Amino acid sequence: MIEISHVNKWYGPSFQVLKDCTTRVAKGEVVVVCGPSGSGKSTLIKCVNALEPFQEGQIILDGIKVNDPKTDLPKLRARVGMVFQHFELFPHLRIIENLCLAQEKVLGRSHDEAMAKGQKLLERVGLTVHANKYPAELSGGQQQRVAIARALAMDPIAMLFDEPTSALDPEMISEVLDVMVDLAHEGMTMMVVTHEMGFASKVAHRVIFMDKGEIVEDALKTDFFGSPRSERAQKFLSKILSH
Amino acid sequence: MNYNWNWHIFFEPNPTGAGTYLDMLMSGLLLTIQTALLAWVIALFFGTIVGILRSLPSRTASWIGFGYVEFFRNMPLLVQLFLWFFVLPELLPRGAGLWLKQIPNAPFWTAAIGVGLFMSARVAVQLAAGIASLPRGQKNAATALGLTTAQGYRYVLLPIAFRIILPPLTSEFLNTIKNTSVAITIGLIELTGQARAMQEFSFQVFEAFTAATVMYLAINIVVVTGMRFLERSLAIPGYITGK
Repeated sequence: MIEISHVNKWYGPSFQVLKDCTTRVAKGEVVVVCGPSGSGKSTLIKCVNALEPFQEGQIILDGIKVNDPKTDLPKLRARVGMVFQHFELFPHLRIIENLCLAQEKVLGRSHDEAMAKGQKLLERVGLTVHANKYPAELSGGQQQRVAIARALAMDPIAMLFDEPTSALDPEMISEVLDVMVDLAHEGMTMMVVTHEMGFASKVAHRVIFMDKGEIVEDALKTDFFGSPRSERAQKFLSKILSH
Repeated sequence: MNYNWNWHIFFEPNPTGAGTYLDMLMSGLLLTIQTALLAWVIALFFGTIVGILRSLPSRTASWIGFGYVEFFRNMPLLVQLFLWFFVLPELLPRGAGLWLKQIPNAPFWTAAIGVGLFMSARVAVQLAAGIASLPRGQKNAATALGLTTAQGYRYVLLPIAFRIILPPLTSEFLNTIKNTSVAITIGLIELTGQARAMQEFSFQVFEAFTAATVMYLAINIVVVTGMRFLERSLAIPGYITGK
């Protein structure tokens, strides 16, 4: 589904953020990407739907080369859902309008069709009563669930999560993770940048550990948590799991 | 001071034979409003285009935006009006220059377009600042949903940015109205022009300019009230200015 091969990316002439990153996410697979801040994990996930350009290597998404100038990027992006750390709901639109905008303008669905789909997804994330509110009137956890629903409204073939719970209060994290766990159980292809090791051990198939722009470890979940091969991953795990 | 106050002067017939001095001022007021409205439409139209250009990642676009803004905002408005009214027709090929000089109401069109372009540079700078003030993630979210750059601006960035810059835009609208008085120098007999004419015919200089002042004040109060109403009706619940 997602094939990343030998991706190199520089900011400016000398600062390399991604070093020869190669990995793949199969259909229906849940892959968690973790690592210390500044390790390039968010940058990597943003390269997958070309929100960030990269200079070398290639990424193939459902058979389509992302970094090909001939690729219709808006069309390709519409097929991959993305959830951001800071939700990024559109503040001037009501919740239901947030869910309808891209359905109508990008997929060309009728307003009624988009509304029906939006209502169904709001119900799914348990926010039907808030349909006519504005994003700023909702809590962080609720906003992030809306953001997930907004991405799902496009019927994506895969979902990208960029630290979806990092900006949330602890008590709101679980309501967002619950939605993500459900998605994973339904067989959604997911690439998730997160520090939530509980989530990783519960639903991930594979865990990728990044450090200084490199993929240091790319292992099955059990191997990763059981016996990480690299010293850096061991250190990272012992630090975040020590509390 | 030996000055003969005569507030009754407004109801005395003016030397043109058509109506009173008050009628003279009112026709000037009408012309001021017409000029200002057309100028404001021009300022908003070109200001929006150039503001968007300045916010695009493309080097070429931002250079064009930069050139436009610096050209129109770094020359005194008076000089610009002289340039369009007296110099431009001479620079053009004979036929075109002659045609330009013979346009009916040339001072009106020159003033509206001249003031409009002058103000558009200011609108552009504010809009670019408004767009720049939005979190980067908003653009990313729009892009990730598959919206094209144009759609992202149309449905997400511009509606939020314009709400943010509405208060300074009010000031720019007021400046547009006041700047139309410069057009007296190219022979547009708007409110200031009529006040001066009244003073020359009647020698009641203080009455004439007091009335003009009150009229300017009145239009601007209407504009301020209208814009405040607009701000309130567009406020986003829970977001920045909204409540």
